[in-house]
Amino acid sequence: MAVVDQVYGSTRRRRAVDWAFRAGALAALALVVAPALWLVVGVVARALPHWRWNVLTTLSAGTSGGLENAVAGTFVLMAGVALLAGTTGVLTGVYLAELVGPRRSGRPGGVWARGAIDVLAGFPSIVLGYVGYVALCVALHWGFSLLAALLILSLMVVPYIAKSTESALRQVPTNYREGAEALGMSQGYALRRVVLRSALPGIVTGLLIALSVAGGETAPLLYTAGATNNLPTWSVLHQPVAYLTYYVWTDYNQPSNAAHVVSNDAALILVAMVLTMLVVARLIVWRTQRHAESAR
Amino acid sequence: MGLGAVLAVLAVKAWPAVVVNGWGFVARSQWLPGNTYGGVVHTHGVAHPQGSLYGAWPLIAGTLETSLIAVVIAVPLALGTAFALTERLATWIARPLGFLVEILAGLPSVVIGLWGVLEVGPFLARHVYPLVASHVPDTGPFRFLTGSVGYGEGLATSGLVLGLMIVPIIAATTRDLFLQVPALPKEGGEALGLTGAEVARRVTIPWVRGGIVGATVLGLGRALGETMAVAMISGSVLGKVSPNLYGTMTTIAATIVSQLDSAATDGTGFAIATLAEAGLILAVIALVVNLAARRIVARTGRLAAPVGRG
Repeated sequence: MAVVDQVYGSTRRRRAVDWAFRAGALAALALVVAPALWLVVGVVARALPHWRWNVLTTLSAGTSGGLENAVAGTFVLMAGVALLAGTTGVLTGVYLAELVGPRRSGRPGGVWARGAIDVLAGFPSIVLGYVGYVALCVALHWGFSLLAALLILSLMVVPYIAKSTESALRQVPTNYREGAEALGMSQGYALRRVVLRSALPGIVTGLLIALSVAGGETAPLLYTAGATNNLPTWSVLHQPVAYLTYYVWTDYNQPSNAAHVVSNDAALILVAMVLTMLVVARLIVWRTQRHAESAR
Repeated sequence: MGLGAVLAVLAVKAWPAVVVNGWGFVARSQWLPGNTYGGVVHTHGVAHPQGSLYGAWPLIAGTLETSLIAVVIAVPLALGTAFALTERLATWIARPLGFLVEILAGLPSVVIGLWGVLEVGPFLARHVYPLVASHVPDTGPFRFLTGSVGYGEGLATSGLVLGLMIVPIIAATTRDLFLQVPALPKEGGEALGLTGAEVARRVTIPWVRGGIVGATVLGLGRALGETMAVAMISGSVLGKVSPNLYGTMTTIAATIVSQLDSAATDGTGFAIATLAEAGLILAVIALVVNLAARRIVARTGRLAAPVGRG
């Protein structure tokens, strides 16, 4: 009925509404893209005039000096998260996609795991950081330590990795599984040699994005990793770890120019890092998509 | 899973504060740590510094206000963005622009906070807020938009930046949903003579409405828990609710991150417990919001009706 009403409406008015709608959509896009550009350009423009390459090779002195320790610490944290959250998340994703089949998905196991993952994904990161502080650093006497930071950070990104792994596995064509089964492969063998292999690009993409999130986190680290001007050590307990976001946060409102330079430099390195990882992730997606199309 | 442990730790830690602060905690505005070098008093068997009195109302109000502004800003922007990217623009331009929106989602929140406090806040306080404040009638609910515009740190800037931060979350989901709408009903609509706007309003959006609502609630959850950006932009002022749209304020998450250091100096551990109680409130709000989002997506996912009501 409504369609008829529309057809008999005033054509001029409908054209005007349509025009306004299109203009509104484009304006919305511009209102999102312009601040995003402003943000990236602003970070670069603030850091670049004072940028010196030796910040990468100089230890921090708090409100001055370089960021070598923070860069190293951030990479250590990301490597640890890749190891800890990577294995846990990918295994969870495999479990959700392959072992809780659609046949049994109505049963509690899958539903509860999925619910817990969703809730964890939406959990405020500062609350996780607080719990890490009181439970791991204080109650277990770990102090500010790499292990506490890694556990909390991993808890944060595991849901993301699990979800991206699950959806990557679900996108593997059914033909592949059926082909593997027709060749007499066991489920585990087919999973390892056929399914996981073709889902790998999707899994790696999810992992990269999760790592860029982990590298850019502050709130869960402030009270678990602590702060230090030294390079990361091999001890996972009782030794604080430096990381880039800490210097952005503590030095931006210090009353000295040297501190502002440190803060801006740390922000620039973070942005460069995140951009690199997102571009790599995008390239992987793009390459595999092109590959899939040509294979067809 | 770890989640249960997290909630359990939070509840155990918060219990002394719950006992002492009572129900007044969510209604009071004071945030007084008391004299941490002075005497220790006991209330209901819990030790706390003399004169300590905590109320979380400004934090709760601040959290809800900033998130509300963020969602109100983000939903139309995200819908417009998703629509422009999927339906209006050619692939060669839509792809890089879409990637830029993705980057926005990936940027660390301290970096966004830094930009917000150094560039956005001062810009808005100088060029935008005075315009709004001086052109709005000074009556009724509009009074909230008038008065001192401050220096750009506060409620309005926090809400706007938060809104920008959750746009990618809503837009990404909405874009994927729009792409899932089959071409046939849309083409059918066009064949009946509907304009692009009418196809969007009567075919595309109703088709995926549940998903959009779910994504919005997800974005709301993110805004509620966002910490660093708000801690930097809000002004982090404890103990009062902002009198107008531009005033300084704080949120639960921002308070936890900015107060934990000084709370650790409270020898009785009561300040830490109080922060746990605030965290528990935030966790419960976030939990409810997330479960609601799941519900909505699950329910309307099944109901995703075609054109319907036409």
